[in-house]
Amino acid sequence: MDNFKLELQNLTKVYPGTVALKDFSAVLDGGKVYALLGKNGSGKSTLVKCISGAIQPTEGKMFINDRPLEPKSPIDAFNQGIAIVYQELSLVRDLTVAENILLGRYFKKGPHDLVIDWEKTNQKAAEILAALHIDIPVQATVRSLSVGQQQMIEIAKAMSYNPSVLILDEPTSALAQHEIESLFNVIRSSKEQGVIVIFITHKLQEIQGVADYVTVIRDSVNIGTIPIAEATPKKIVEMMFGKVRQLSRPNLIVSKEAVLEVKQLTRKNKFSDINFKLYKGEVLGIAGMLGSGRSELLRSIFGVDHFDSGQILINNTPVTKTDIITMKKMGLAMTPENRKEEGLVQVLSVRENLSIANMYRMASHGFLNKKMQDPYVEQQITNLQIKIADSNYLVSSLSGGNQQKVVVGNWLNTSPQIMFFDEPSRGIDVEAKQQIFQIMWDLSSQGLSSIFVSTELEELLEVCNRVLIMRHGRIEQEIDPGQVSLDELYSLCMEA
Amino acid sequence: MTTQSVTLKTSSQFKFHPSKYILEGILLLLFAVLSFTAPGFFSWPNFFNIIRNAATNGIIAFGMTFVMIAGEIDLSVGNATAFYGCLAAVLVRDLVAAHFPMLGVVIFAVAMCLIVGMLAGFFMGWVRSRFSVPSFISALALMFAYRGGAHLLTDSFPVISFPNWFYFLGSGYVFNVIPFQSIIFVIVFALMWFVSKYTTFGRAVYAVGGNAESARLSGINVTKMRMGIMALTGIFSAISGLIIAAQVQSGNPTVGAGEELNVIAACVIGGVSMMGGKGRMWSTFVGVMFLRLLLNGMTLLNINEYWQYVAKAVLILGAVLIYQAQETKKA
Repeated sequence: MDNFKLELQNLTKVYPGTVALKDFSAVLDGGKVYALLGKNGSGKSTLVKCISGAIQPTEGKMFINDRPLEPKSPIDAFNQGIAIVYQELSLVRDLTVAENILLGRYFKKGPHDLVIDWEKTNQKAAEILAALHIDIPVQATVRSLSVGQQQMIEIAKAMSYNPSVLILDEPTSALAQHEIESLFNVIRSSKEQGVIVIFITHKLQEIQGVADYVTVIRDSVNIGTIPIAEATPKKIVEMMFGKVRQLSRPNLIVSKEAVLEVKQLTRKNKFSDINFKLYKGEVLGIAGMLGSGRSELLRSIFGVDHFDSGQILINNTPVTKTDIITMKKMGLAMTPENRKEEGLVQVLSVRENLSIANMYRMASHGFLNKKMQDPYVEQQITNLQIKIADSNYLVSSLSGGNQQKVVVGNWLNTSPQIMFFDEPSRGIDVEAKQQIFQIMWDLSSQGLSSIFVSTELEELLEVCNRVLIMRHGRIEQEIDPGQVSLDELYSLCMEA
Repeated sequence: MTTQSVTLKTSSQFKFHPSKYILEGILLLLFAVLSFTAPGFFSWPNFFNIIRNAATNGIIAFGMTFVMIAGEIDLSVGNATAFYGCLAAVLVRDLVAAHFPMLGVVIFAVAMCLIVGMLAGFFMGWVRSRFSVPSFISALALMFAYRGGAHLLTDSFPVISFPNWFYFLGSGYVFNVIPFQSIIFVIVFALMWFVSKYTTFGRAVYAVGGNAESARLSGINVTKMRMGIMALTGIFSAISGLIIAAQVQSGNPTVGAGEELNVIAACVIGGVSMMGGKGRMWSTFVGVMFLRLLLNGMTLLNINEYWQYVAKAVLILGAVLIYQAQETKKA
């Protein structure tokens, strides 16, 4: 068996105004799994895009098995032995497993090879699956498979081209626990065939089971590669975040008065027996790994999704009917997880986007004109420092950070007493993040209470005055951010 | 928080953007050319004739504009005009036979048409939200149901039952010059223009069409909105059906076939997006007038009527290409 080798020398990618990848060098050996870790925006995806030919590095060289690798396009990279499996699956759902694996490479028979030889095609596909120890019938349609199984078929398809490098981009993000284990078996089988596996993930707790090495990128720089045996959660967090920044949270004045109380709230398969109180003026964080049920909990309280049992009290009054419209009237507001898909109407102007949630209150007797909107719109643009010359501009023309502020402003116009922030810092730059946090603190000083959910745990420590820890749909613990360090928080969230 | 002063430029909304009025420009050009070339074009009777002919489709087009902005489509409107004309005629025939007074019967029949039209719209909007059935499908079903209903109600023969004064609706003139139906057309336009710009309902239509999930999460009742929007085309096609019945002086089950496509064409020419979220009542008005002006001019110029189809084809595709070019330029 060939011993594959991928060598990266001083890879650098410069975009106008920012260096996305700086002087990245590494040597990766065949038959090993490398977990690639780094925060959002750390340069992970830039590195992967360079290797897979989606972009070209500004400087630096790559060698694959001692041959220079200079892919001009993803297809070019693929032909040179770089296979990549993306988070979004690209299978044809109504074709069979065999058809998907061998798409465009069917065995033919008959005069002029006009007829597909299904027997041979299916047999070949079965061999490919068997080599990876995947137990899925080749004639099943992909639609009938679970997401995890589909992910395995993607890997099998990639492996059938005999690549030197197999890149897996967050393959487990949509999978349940038992599916992850089966997927790891497939990754181990791939590794046995001598391939270099690069495994990108956000879930630190997973890598112990499957990776041989851990490579960390921080702020576009290669922090280092360590064997898995040395990769304790504490060590990884140190590598990923460097020195934890000094907290700058002001002293929040929290009263003893509970504005929101949740009692035994349960939604089947999402979360169960949730009990907590939110006090006036508080910024309460909910920490947990992806899939722990944080966003689902917020959505159920806000009335976006239903719940099966339990009770919600606002200002000590039980809420009998939980739908968005009622909750809005009760003073709740929520900035949703996906800004683009759920938070904004991209084809409308900033003014309209700042008016949607509060439209009926701005209007008088159902009539609404710009004069009635403008006081609200201008107030948010000024207070939230939304950088825009004219509120008639389309919201889609704003940067991510400013778009997020529009989502927040849309809800602040409803004069809420409780704000839910679901992943407000996703995909926005550091400065905008700080501004969003400042907004939360300012709201707190005005007596508003907030619940803040974020995948970036260090943000919760920075922003909140109390953090609940959620694991597998349950609130397991409550911590004081002043008493807990980031790596302790990570291990608390991961604990099985 | 440090306050950073952000001045709002409000002047730009009043600024004249020539590129936004290309269609209006071409319409004026067409108007000028026809004035010099088409005999009898430039005269008040002809202008009233144009707006009169625009009415039955145009009334529905303003409802369709909202439906399309909301990201939906209603294919049932053409056949609906036949159904409501027949429904009114049959109600009048049978109730008069049962010795009810004529005036009361006609008022009742008209009211029934409007109510049934509204209920049909409610139903489509509800099915759209409750069962996620695309409006294209439910409208397609309703379209066949209307046509079948019209024939079943009338046994496939025109029902002649309206009193003579009812024909005023379709062929009467106010002050002997202004066609009555064109007044309805202008009123519906003015009303819908106002609703689209200055009411919460109108604004919410844009939000629902632009991103229904965002609208829902902002506390807009998307189901109710869709029901209200689809009810508009239901009501307007009932009005249009009554006007047509008054024109042909009977409830005729064969009228209105294929008119839904002319209505959609007018909206598309006016720049209403098939993807939802974008469109203006004024543009639809221009689209309706453009189609009518072209057909009127070609008739006066004695051009073979089949060329009218070709002209329509060029107009639709040309208009959309202009809008696309503008979009790409912006991006």
